[in-house]
Amino acid sequence: MTLAKKRAITAYVFLALPLVFFIGVRFGPMLYMMGRSLTDWSLLRKSNQFLGLANFAAVLGDPVFGKAMANTARYALVGAPIVIALSLAVALLLNGIARGKGLFRLIYVLPYITPVVAVSWVWRWMYQSPPMGLINRLLGALGLPAHAFINNPKEALYSILGVGIWVEMGYCVTIFLAGIQTIPQDCIEAARIDGASESRVLRSIILPLLMPITFFLAIMEGIQFLRIFTPVYNMSSQAMGGPLDSTKSAALYIYQTAFTKFEMGRAASASLILFAVIMVVTLVQVRFFDKKTNY
Amino acid sequence: MTTDRTLSRASSYALLTVLALVMVFPFLWMILSSLKDATQIFKPALLPSHPGLDNYAAILLSKGSKFPRWFINSAVVACCTTASVLFFDSLIGYTLAKFSFPGKKLIFLLIISTLMIPTEMLVIPWYALSRAFKWGNSYWGIMFPGMISAFGVFLMRQFMSTVPDDLLDAARIDGMGELSIFARIALPLVKPALGTLAIFNFIGNWNAFLWPLIIASRPAMFTLPVGLANFSGEAGSDWHLIMTGATVAMVPLIIVFLVFQKQIIRGIAMTGLKG
Amino acid sequence: MKRFRGIGLVLIVLMVLAAQAATAEQVKITYWQYFYQTKVELMDKLIAQFEAKNPDIKVEQVTFPYESYNQKVAASIPAGEGPDVINLFGGWLPMYVKANYLQELPKAAFPASYFKSTYYPFVADSVQFGGKYYSAPTAVRTLALIWNKKLFKEAGLDPNVPPKTLDELVAFSKKLSKYDAQGNLVQAGLAMQPNGQGHSYIREVLFRQFGAAPYDATGRKVTYNNANGVAAVQWYMDRIMKDKVGYPNFSTDDVTAFKAQLAAMNIDGSFRIATLKAVKDLEWGAAELPTYKGVKSNFASFWTHGIVAGVTGKKLDASVKFLKFITSPEAMEQWLAAVGELPANPKIGEKHKDDPYVSIFLKGLPYAHATAYVDEAGQRTLFVNMIDEINLKGSKTADVVATTAAQEQKLIDDFWK
Repeated sequence: MTLAKKRAITAYVFLALPLVFFIGVRFGPMLYMMGRSLTDWSLLRKSNQFLGLANFAAVLGDPVFGKAMANTARYALVGAPIVIALSLAVALLLNGIARGKGLFRLIYVLPYITPVVAVSWVWRWMYQSPPMGLINRLLGALGLPAHAFINNPKEALYSILGVGIWVEMGYCVTIFLAGIQTIPQDCIEAARIDGASESRVLRSIILPLLMPITFFLAIMEGIQFLRIFTPVYNMSSQAMGGPLDSTKSAALYIYQTAFTKFEMGRAASASLILFAVIMVVTLVQVRFFDKKTNY
Repeated sequence: MTTDRTLSRASSYALLTVLALVMVFPFLWMILSSLKDATQIFKPALLPSHPGLDNYAAILLSKGSKFPRWFINSAVVACCTTASVLFFDSLIGYTLAKFSFPGKKLIFLLIISTLMIPTEMLVIPWYALSRAFKWGNSYWGIMFPGMISAFGVFLMRQFMSTVPDDLLDAARIDGMGELSIFARIALPLVKPALGTLAIFNFIGNWNAFLWPLIIASRPAMFTLPVGLANFSGEAGSDWHLIMTGATVAMVPLIIVFLVFQKQIIRGIAMTGLKG
Repeated sequence: MKRFRGIGLVLIVLMVLAAQAATAEQVKITYWQYFYQTKVELMDKLIAQFEAKNPDIKVEQVTFPYESYNQKVAASIPAGEGPDVINLFGGWLPMYVKANYLQELPKAAFPASYFKSTYYPFVADSVQFGGKYYSAPTAVRTLALIWNKKLFKEAGLDPNVPPKTLDELVAFSKKLSKYDAQGNLVQAGLAMQPNGQGHSYIREVLFRQFGAAPYDATGRKVTYNNANGVAAVQWYMDRIMKDKVGYPNFSTDDVTAFKAQLAAMNIDGSFRIATLKAVKDLEWGAAELPTYKGVKSNFASFWTHGIVAGVTGKKLDASVKFLKFITSPEAMEQWLAAVGELPANPKIGEKHKDDPYVSIFLKGLPYAHATAYVDEAGQRTLFVNMIDEINLKGSKTADVVATTAAQEQKLIDDFWK
């Protein structure tokens, strides 16, 4: 046996178990689910009839799914831009100060590394109606009217989204800061010596150079908010995505269909629809940013 | 110009401080609330009038409390998956970086492409799989989807490719076995990357919610996040205990965070790793 | 090395033999119920007593959170991973029987005469399907008005005189509500929680008091979509929207608010007695539900125990024994003491007619109605959304009641299809 062959065999041996894992726990299940999405697969019945696309039709025709998708779009379209803009601003401010940078950065990262379940309950506690809720007490002390927050269908989604943004900020700020540090300082100094104003430096040098990172974050955060589940589950009454389904996300809809109604076939089709949306959004973003950044 | 600079710097500090308060205040409020008893917690005072650790005793020491069990479950799950991820991911990364064999590129693409499949989707077939093999309510059931991380493979492959080939060849000439070359030569050289991967994997598994929620139906097998989510139930919400539970769930992470803050921040910055 | 292996082998053989001997003697059965602290602790005690009397039977108790209980059951029993004896909500019986989760109780141990002589009539009726009995309950539950005596005193009301009619309830709840400078409710006169007991209160109490029976005699036709039904819902809405004495999710939920002394009155079930008695510094009373134009009504429900389909042989014998024990008079007594739920046997209830709490809940039983749910969670959600739709979106009550009735009818039709 040649040496090369021997080493190739070693490689296959090393990779055997992992390949079993990736095929058995990732690809296999995915294909299995695609197949089962075409059946009336349910854990309540011993039936496995081929339905064709009936599940997809039923899901797309379900007004609650429509509502969940609209909510999901709102989480992503409002959440991702805000978190990116806010984090960029914070990163630029942080970059401008000399002392305490590390401490501030630590504080901003804290929500990101703590369990979302725990922080969701803390926020739910703060959002309570008077006299219990801290935020409402604060509003009261300032003479402002109380808000129902998570109990009002108009405010609930944004109240939950606020927590999502609060959590994700630490991540985005850290990435932006790292990106800013890779910008050559002499380039900025040269522009300043040439008499460029601070805002000019920002617009013409810093922001364009941060474009690839912004692009990366836009995709990551877009996906993150399209998949939102944990805060919605923990902050709505009885984990229902209420009031009146106003906070229900696509992921929660899938969870409820699969694991409280056990309509697995239908849930499988709903999750494939969500998957398709995530893919399309990602591809569109890639194309859009590709044009803008030209790299 | 200088006054301008000082002014803008001062306002920077002011803005950042306000924001830092927003970031940190919920944690303070959580801790303050955890020191109040069932009556005090509904009173308007900010600070507890008789701060006490009774709530902690109630959830950690009282008979019948499942909290210690959840804590242990979370620790077992986070530690075991992290150990498995460290071993397998570095082995796969090493193999993909240092061996040449037919199908290498395909295997790498295969592994990386699994990053595109969201967990939300896979939980449905995973659940079916667990039912078929009767993995429900077991540590293995909670852990199996996370035993190898495709992202970790990507990361470790990058780092393993920086290991000099000469070193490996020298070891081979010395007659070392392939597995011990990996373990004794390659692994020590990528220690920092392993550290980052370990921390992130630990945090991610400690915080994981969706899959444990689905697979663990017996309270004895809940992880901390799942237990916390089920804390409030038919008998009303004991907010003083919920806040205490939330604090306890965060303590290990805050310790990990403070000890490894440099690695964590570098890890986020380096890779954009998601927990 | 060899020697050790030999010893090991002997040990293994011994262990296998011992294990076989043990299993030959002992039958192990599993009991499932949902997680409610007082019930779980009591069941542990009952199991210990049962095992002491029946050393050949071992019982394992497994609990699940309420919200996911029914789903775990539905997912496990068809797969053969279910328990032997199971605790289920009375309202789920039609669904369980239809899905073949349960087996008919052996006639020798549970003859029809047994049910007629031991249980309240409505219980005996509810557990029967086509002449067959599928389950036996230990306890029943009714609703009552509970009130906070301290808050009554503060509002200048006699702490020992609760409201007796709906009109008095309205007047009392207004007096007991407190608002801050901005007009926010800070103390609810009456807690309003549709996703707690509220939906049952509307369904079986208010509808009937206003002259609109919620369902026809077969339980398969929704009959509250009329002027009376709308008036009943409107009455409930007026407390939230006009009088502002309470609203859904005020202080998280009604139970939290009442325990925190932020709600002066609530309509709650007998299973809460033990929970509320354990709250420090809470002085509370219980009264029969207020009447309306002389009409009394109450909502009765019960959790019942059945034997799962497919359990046979020794396990079935053990399950029957266990079921007999947990529905015995002594179990009912302990259940009442530990949980507060009323004995399902009227003779045992009779003994407690002087207890200030228990007697009140007992009084509601003769005129109580049980709901034959087909999808308890789904039907509850419809009512919760009905209230939210009117309260939060300002939709017209009559329209919302009409859509809710149509949706509920569809749920029921789909079930019996």
